[in-house]
Amino acid sequence: MKKTLLAAAALCAIAAGSAHAEMSGGTVKIGVLNDMSGLYADLAGQGSVIAAQMALEEFGGNVNGTKVEIVSADHQNKPDIGSNVARQWYDVDGVDVIVDVPTSSVALAINDVTREKNKVFLVSGAAASDLTGPKCSPNTVHWTYDTWALANGTGKAVVQTGGDSWFFLTADYAFGHALERDTSAVVEANGGKVLGSVKHPLQNADFSSFLLQAQSSGAKVIGLANAGGDTTNSIKQAAEFGIVQGGQSLAGLLVFLTDVHALGLETAHGLILTEAFYWDANDETRKFAAEFAKRNRGIHPTMIHAGVYSSVLHYLKALKELGADADGAKVVAKMKEMPTDDRLFGKGQVRVDGRHIHPMYLFEVKKPEESKGPWDYYKLRATIPAEEAFRPLDQGGCPLAKS
Amino acid sequence: MTAIRIAGKAPVGLTAPRSQVIAFLVMVAAFLIAPLFIYPIFLAKMLCFALFACAFNLLIGYAGLLSFGHAAFFGMAAYAVGHSAKVWGWPPELAILFGVAVAAVLGLGFGILAIRRQGIYFAMVTLALAQMVYFFCLQAPFTHGEDGIQAIPRGHLFGFFNLRDTETLYFVVLAIFLIGFLIIYRAIHSPFGQVLRAIRENEPRTISLGYKPDHYKLMAFVLSAALSGLAGGTKAIVFEIATLTDVHWGTSGEVVLMTLLGGLGTVFGPVVGAFVVIGLQNYLAQIGAWVQVVQGLIFVVCVLTFRRGIVGELGRILKLKL
Repeated sequence: MKKTLLAAAALCAIAAGSAHAEMSGGTVKIGVLNDMSGLYADLAGQGSVIAAQMALEEFGGNVNGTKVEIVSADHQNKPDIGSNVARQWYDVDGVDVIVDVPTSSVALAINDVTREKNKVFLVSGAAASDLTGPKCSPNTVHWTYDTWALANGTGKAVVQTGGDSWFFLTADYAFGHALERDTSAVVEANGGKVLGSVKHPLQNADFSSFLLQAQSSGAKVIGLANAGGDTTNSIKQAAEFGIVQGGQSLAGLLVFLTDVHALGLETAHGLILTEAFYWDANDETRKFAAEFAKRNRGIHPTMIHAGVYSSVLHYLKALKELGADADGAKVVAKMKEMPTDDRLFGKGQVRVDGRHIHPMYLFEVKKPEESKGPWDYYKLRATIPAEEAFRPLDQGGCPLAKS
Repeated sequence: MTAIRIAGKAPVGLTAPRSQVIAFLVMVAAFLIAPLFIYPIFLAKMLCFALFACAFNLLIGYAGLLSFGHAAFFGMAAYAVGHSAKVWGWPPELAILFGVAVAAVLGLGFGILAIRRQGIYFAMVTLALAQMVYFFCLQAPFTHGEDGIQAIPRGHLFGFFNLRDTETLYFVVLAIFLIGFLIIYRAIHSPFGQVLRAIRENEPRTISLGYKPDHYKLMAFVLSAALSGLAGGTKAIVFEIATLTDVHWGTSGEVVLMTLLGGLGTVFGPVVGAFVVIGLQNYLAQIGAWVQVVQGLIFVVCVLTFRRGIVGELGRILKLKL
C-alpha cells in the first residue's frame, strides 16, 4: 500500500513537473498596461489591475499548479513608451499577455509588437475598430467595445430621435479618427448629414475655440469623439458657453461611469451613452461592484474594468485547457474556440477576427432627483442584442476573416 | 590653417592624449561584452542617446553654443527614416542616410538664423524654431500626429544583415555609434576644433587672427544637427516607431541634462551622462512621474557640487584628459 502511494505520488510529481515545463519561465505573467496618471487613469488605471487580480483570485491564483503573477506599468498615453514597455516585458521579464491598454494609438503599437513576439494581447480599454479590422492579428482579442459599436449605439439613437445634422469635436489621434469615421457612416446611413469637424489635441485643457466653431456650424448635434478627461472638460465648457441652452445638443459618443461621476448629474443628465456593462444590472454585477469599490477607493467599475476581469478569466480558462502559454497565437485560437461565460458579460464568443461578441446597452443618464445616491446614474433605454452590437465580420476588412 | 601653438609645446589637443585612447578602448570592450548581461534593445537605446548627447556636446562643449532645439533634428530624422523605410520601402542604410540629410538641411536652416545671436538669444531662437518643427509634426499628415509612424520595418542592412535579430541590430547600432563618435572625436582634435575652441574663449580675438567665426559656427551647427539626425534615425529603426516624443522640447532638455551631468566639453562625458539618465528612467519607471523629480534633484546636486560633471570631475581627480 505504501509503495503504491509512493508511486502515485511520484507519478503526480512527474505529471505536475511536466505541466510546469509547458509554461514558459515557470510562471504565467499578466501585464496590465494603461494610463495610471493622465486623463484615462480613472476609467482604467489602477482599477484595471484590481480587476485582473479579482479574476485571478476567482480562478484560484494558479493554472494547473503554475503560479500566475500580475505586473503593471504606466504608458502615459504615448505609443513609444507603450511599445518600449511591451518589448521589454516580452523579451526580458517573461510577460505572456498584455491586457487593457486604453488609448488606441498605444494599443495599435502593442498590437504590432505582440504579433511580432507571438504573445497575447487582450484589449479592453482601447476603442479603435481597426484592431479587428485592417489591423487585426491572430494574437489579439478585442474584448469590451469598439468605435463601431459606440456609433451603432449612441449615433443611431440620436439620429433616430431627430438629431440629423452633426458637427464633430474629435480627439486628434487614432481613436478619435476611428470614432468620427464610424459615427459619420452611421449618421449618413440613417439619413443624417455631417456638417464638419474640428480636431483637438489629446489631453486638451481649453476647448473654447473648438466649441465656438461647433456652435457656429449650426449643427443640431455636436458629437464628442473623445474620451475621459477630454469629454468631461468639453461638456463642462460647453455648459459655460450655453451651447445646450442655445438649442444644440451634445452627444458624448464615449462616456464612462467615472466621467458621469466627475461631471455630476446636474450637468450630465439626459446624456445618451452606449456601454458594454453597468454595475447595477443584476445581483452578480452588484456583488462584483461592491467588492471592486471596496478595493478601489470607492470608485465603481467601468466597462473597461469589467472587460479586464472577464478577458483575463477567459484567458486563464483557455490556458488551463491548453496547458501551455509559449505560443500566443495558439492560446488565442483556443480562446476563440471556447465559448465565453462569466458573471459580468454572460455567455458570448470570440469571433475569428478577435472581436468578443456580447450585447451592448444604450443608457440614459438619470436626472438628479431620480438617482438614489452616488454611482446610481444610468437607466436602461435599450439592449442591443449581441448579433447587432458589433460590425459584421465581412465588413471589417480583416484578413483573418477571409481565409 | 594652423593650430594655436603654445610656446615650445606641440599643438594642444591635435593628437589624442593616451588617456583618451585607453578610455576609448575600455569603452569599446565594455560595449562588446555588455549584451551578455544587459538587454540589447535597452543598450541600443542608450547608444542612440549617447550619440545624440555627443553631437550636442560638439556644439556646447567646443563652440560654446547652447542649442535648446536639438530634438527637432533628432525627431525629424526619425520621421524621415520611418517614412522612407515604411512608405517608400527603402532599405535601412538608405533610410538612415536620408534621415541624416534631412537633419543636416534643417540644421543649415536653423544655423543660418540662429548663429547671428549669442547666449540666451541663441538658445531662444533654436527653441522657437524647434517648437515650429514640433507643431509641424503634430499637424503634418505623414507623421500621423499622436499615433506616430508605427511598425517601421527594420529590414536588412545592405540586403545582408537581418536587423530583426536583436544581437545583429545591437552590433549595427554600436557600429553606427562608433562611427559618429569617431567623427566627433576627429572634429574636435582637428584644427577646425581648435578654432571652435578659440571662438568659444574669445571671439573678437579669433576675428583679429583672420578667421570668420560665423563659418565655423555654422559648420559645427550643421555637423551637430546631422549627427543628432543619425542618432534619431537609428533610434527609429531600433524601436520601429517615430513619435512626437522625439521632437518634443522635453527631449531637447534631456540632452542638455545628459551633457551637463556627464561633463561639458569632455569626450566621454555625454556618453556617461546619457547612460545615467536613460538608466534612471528605465530602472525607476515603476515610480512613474517621480522620475522627473529625481532627475531634477540630480541636476541640482550636479550643478551645486560637481559642476564639471561626472567625467569632468573624474578627470580632475585623476589629472587626466578624458
